[in-house]
Amino acid sequence: MRIVKEFSKGFTTQLPPFRLVLGICPTLAVTTTVANGIGMGLAATFVLICSNVMVSLLRKVIPNKVRIAAFIVLIASFVVIVELVMKAFFFGLSQSLGIFIPLIVVNCIILGRAEAFAAKNPVHYAAADGLGIGLGYTVALAVIGAFREVLGQGRLLGHSVFGASFEPFAFLSQAPGAFVCLGSMLFLMNALDRYRLRMKPAPAPREELPEEAPREERGLQPAGAAGQGG
Amino acid sequence: MELVLLAISAILVKNILLAQYLGNCPFLGTSKRMETAIGMGMAVIFTMALSSTITWLVHRAVLVPFHLEYMQTIVFILVIAALVQFVEIFMKKSLPTLYLALGIFLPLITTNCAVLGAALLTVKENYDFVHMIVFGVASAAGFSLALILFAGLRERFRIAHQPRALQDTAIGLITAGLMSLAFLGFKGMT
Repeated sequence: MRIVKEFSKGFTTQLPPFRLVLGICPTLAVTTTVANGIGMGLAATFVLICSNVMVSLLRKVIPNKVRIAAFIVLIASFVVIVELVMKAFFFGLSQSLGIFIPLIVVNCIILGRAEAFAAKNPVHYAAADGLGIGLGYTVALAVIGAFREVLGQGRLLGHSVFGASFEPFAFLSQAPGAFVCLGSMLFLMNALDRYRLRMKPAPAPREELPEEAPREERGLQPAGAAGQGG
Repeated sequence: MELVLLAISAILVKNILLAQYLGNCPFLGTSKRMETAIGMGMAVIFTMALSSTITWLVHRAVLVPFHLEYMQTIVFILVIAALVQFVEIFMKKSLPTLYLALGIFLPLITTNCAVLGAALLTVKENYDFVHMIVFGVASAAGFSLALILFAGLRERFRIAHQPRALQDTAIGLITAGLMSLAFLGFKGMT
């Protein structure tokens, strides 16, 4: 049953980019529409699963000293695959995502999971972890994308939502709107957490602590401690 | 004149951090203290100038003649990783003062997407050698400018009262949004 837990943590305790504050750049850049968000999320999911599986398979072969370089080469190979496939079959999407597809290489979620999880765990857990984190990331990007598309352009998936009389809130579809939107969402998540914690009966947190602690060690970083790169 | 305009546009109008969304993780990660922000800024200027030059040369001299443009991503990231490692070793031996000043920030630059992003943008825009150098240095200067300004703002947060849920990254992102709004004003210049 551990495999289910490794999968579902991508939606709960380690939901990127809210719980793991990693992979901020694509989150800000491509979420102007829902379609872009989903496309970026799925591309990252594919790379994440493949790199997790390969890193996990090769974890006993790769010497410890050169492991980061080896991980980057593995990730870069899968990114090239995604890049070529997208150019061939989803040309419009690949044009609108632009340089953010090659930049999946330096997305710190992927290197982070390779280093923190896949390099220490067997293949099936690594694959479940990649799938869970990847889909969690996709959902998060789609939600931010929906918010920014509906309010910023008055449309959802290209269809008009509010009718012609709606004046779009253009601020949200530009760079400043992206920062403010992500910041406010982070704030709402934090506020909700604090509220839920306060509502819980007193003994509950003590029961959960021993279970939470090892998960924290295995994971990358607690939310709020922004990582480096991507 | 055209070069001056290119530099101004890369520093202010199309600021790599606030308008192009590149390099946001080190932006949030190293801006809590002024010293780390300055260290990171200097390290980025140094590496970005070098890496844009080398990736430009590799692209023109190796990838294009052999029709290997699709290998761009792998080759560029390898060049940047090797370059960062090399610069670190070189500095440790011959420029120990600078090495101590930049310290931990050098290895982190490998995964800074602003560096790879600048290299990719240079190739995409098809700049010649002089334009490429100006663009690389100006982008890096824009990165440092935004990072140092942001660190100055963020240091103030330590003495200010703020809601617990808003602390750290959330308020950081909203502040960055307001800074980005200010930089958006430069768009009228072009």
